[in-house]
Amino acid sequence: MAFESQDHAKAYWKENLSLMLKLLTVWFVVSFGFGIILVDVLNHITFFGFKLGFWYAQQGAIYTFIVLIFIYIKQMNKLDKKYKVEEE
Amino acid sequence: MDIKTLTFIVVGATFALYIGIAIWARAGSTNDFYVAGGGVPPVANGMATAADWMSAASFISMAGLISILGYDGSVYLMGWTGGYVLLALCLAPYLRKFGKFTVPDFIGDRYYSQTARTVAVICAILVSFTYIAGQMRGVGVVFSRFLEVDITTGVLIGMAMVYFYTLLGGMKGITYTQVAQYCILAFAYTVPAVFITMQMTGHFLPQTGFGATLADGSGLYLLERLDGLSTQLGFAEYTEGTKSGIDVFAITMALMVGTAGLPHVIIRFFTVPKVSDARRSGGWALVFIAVVYTTAPAIASITKVNILNTLNGPDQQGVLYENAPSWVNTWEKTGLIQWEDNNEDGRMFFSNDERNEMSVDADIIVLASPEIANLPNWVVALIAAGGVAAALSTSAGLLLVISSSVSHDLLKRTLMPNITDRQELLYARIAAGVAVLIGAYFGINPPGFVAQVVAFAFGLAAASFFPAIIMGIFHKRMNSAGAIAGMVVGIVFTLSYIIYFRFVNPAADTPENWLFGISPEGIGTVGMVLNFVVALVVLKFTKDAPEEIQEMVESIRYPKGSGAATSH
Repeated sequence: MAFESQDHAKAYWKENLSLMLKLLTVWFVVSFGFGIILVDVLNHITFFGFKLGFWYAQQGAIYTFIVLIFIYIKQMNKLDKKYKVEEE
Repeated sequence: MDIKTLTFIVVGATFALYIGIAIWARAGSTNDFYVAGGGVPPVANGMATAADWMSAASFISMAGLISILGYDGSVYLMGWTGGYVLLALCLAPYLRKFGKFTVPDFIGDRYYSQTARTVAVICAILVSFTYIAGQMRGVGVVFSRFLEVDITTGVLIGMAMVYFYTLLGGMKGITYTQVAQYCILAFAYTVPAVFITMQMTGHFLPQTGFGATLADGSGLYLLERLDGLSTQLGFAEYTEGTKSGIDVFAITMALMVGTAGLPHVIIRFFTVPKVSDARRSGGWALVFIAVVYTTAPAIASITKVNILNTLNGPDQQGVLYENAPSWVNTWEKTGLIQWEDNNEDGRMFFSNDERNEMSVDADIIVLASPEIANLPNWVVALIAAGGVAAALSTSAGLLLVISSSVSHDLLKRTLMPNITDRQELLYARIAAGVAVLIGAYFGINPPGFVAQVVAFAFGLAAASFFPAIIMGIFHKRMNSAGAIAGMVVGIVFTLSYIIYFRFVNPAADTPENWLFGISPEGIGTVGMVLNFVVALVVLKFTKDAPEEIQEMVESIRYPKGSGAATSH
């Protein structure tokens, strides 16, 4: 057992899952939400020469994905340290 | 110098570079093929992953399809990038901690079953075969244009080159070759894009340029002009699209989930030294992929305007055939552009209604974009080299997956355990040969555009591997019976649906006949849901996974104690 206690193991996994679900919610909202489901609504807004829904589908979603992964990396490294399960 | 000579020089030089690096890197390390990535920093590994991942579909076909499809083409952009979020958050760190090399290995061990392993191997082979079928078409398009031969000959030449390249062997594992391939591919993609964006809008960055106003003094936004032209010529409005919302949703989901389930991409994350590096590699891979993917929609829209203007003339009345720009004549030789003078006025006309006289294959648009924009010949040659790099890096990787799956996972580990290493190698070569021949057949008789065929491969991966791996990590009670039943139902359903609509009854391949209005490209999403449902139902009626397996699943959930990846 790498954790100090069974409770630590549970808490670590719970925090991991909650971070993952938060980030996946954003992932879903920008791509399937803004880029597909709400595209017609957002297309009424113009944004630097782009219709906003179209921009999310062809540009914005991709930038958001990158940011999401880097937030995850940073938060998980912190979490590993907090529960002392990081690698040597 | 003419285009043909320049292309020979540039493609030849890059080819020599890859082989040179491979030999240099090999001489410098006696490490095992798989461990080649072991000492590589996450940034370089990310770059190599990007090269491995971006194939002829991304490089040659995608922007062309977006050009034709407009907004609907976004499925490829979001689908092929969003999958990395799933990969980095839900799979890569855990599979790295698990510490085996291949997806069938993970499935076989996690589900403590030889049958599960065999099912996974068969799925891997099916996915890779479908994928490679798309690649061969892409390679064929490149060679047919630059050697000025018809598409069939182009596919055959490309096939021979890919087979030869793969047989050099081990090259794929050498990360630095792929780093070089990424650099050439990204450079070849972005340089022409910057040129055409500057020409059209005066903007330097393609990413913002395609939202800018036109440089012709009209004051119109580029996309506004494109929407106007499209409506005038009977196309759907470029920024709106025609696919149903549910189909766009399903295709995007299938591509994202499929990305996270592709065997040759997942392998990349096994070879980094640490779990934290596996997370970071995913992030860097997406950064490098995004360089190409955010440029693609700019190339797509700008080239669409350029094509309409050069074929129909600025007044949209049609251009006299004898005044046709040279790219029309050169691409006509490949048979990928055709002109039928229906109204016998001697003028070409490209539209989406009864006035149309042109057929323009979507797969040529990226390769032709520098010629269409009248860019210098070296830019044209550069883009050919980029296309070859993209197709080679991915095809070689896939052929290696196929040959090792057949010879090692299937024959040696299950069907014929007694064969010698020599025989194993022989079967590996035969499997690669068969794969390349099947690929060539579909390259000559393509069941769709390159990017569409590749999309089928993703659907198959989504319907088979993704649920099995996700439940393997996040649902520790999931047992072998559930996982096997899920994978079998998922892949059989998805494959049958694709085969029925693309080969058995292509006439019925219309939205009215599709299940829930979902096209064969998006059906992997339904297959994935079926896989999850079947697995969970079977689990209800069978025993939970044994205690020691559940403990193993607990142990892959935190990074501490990850050793180097081990072979079987």
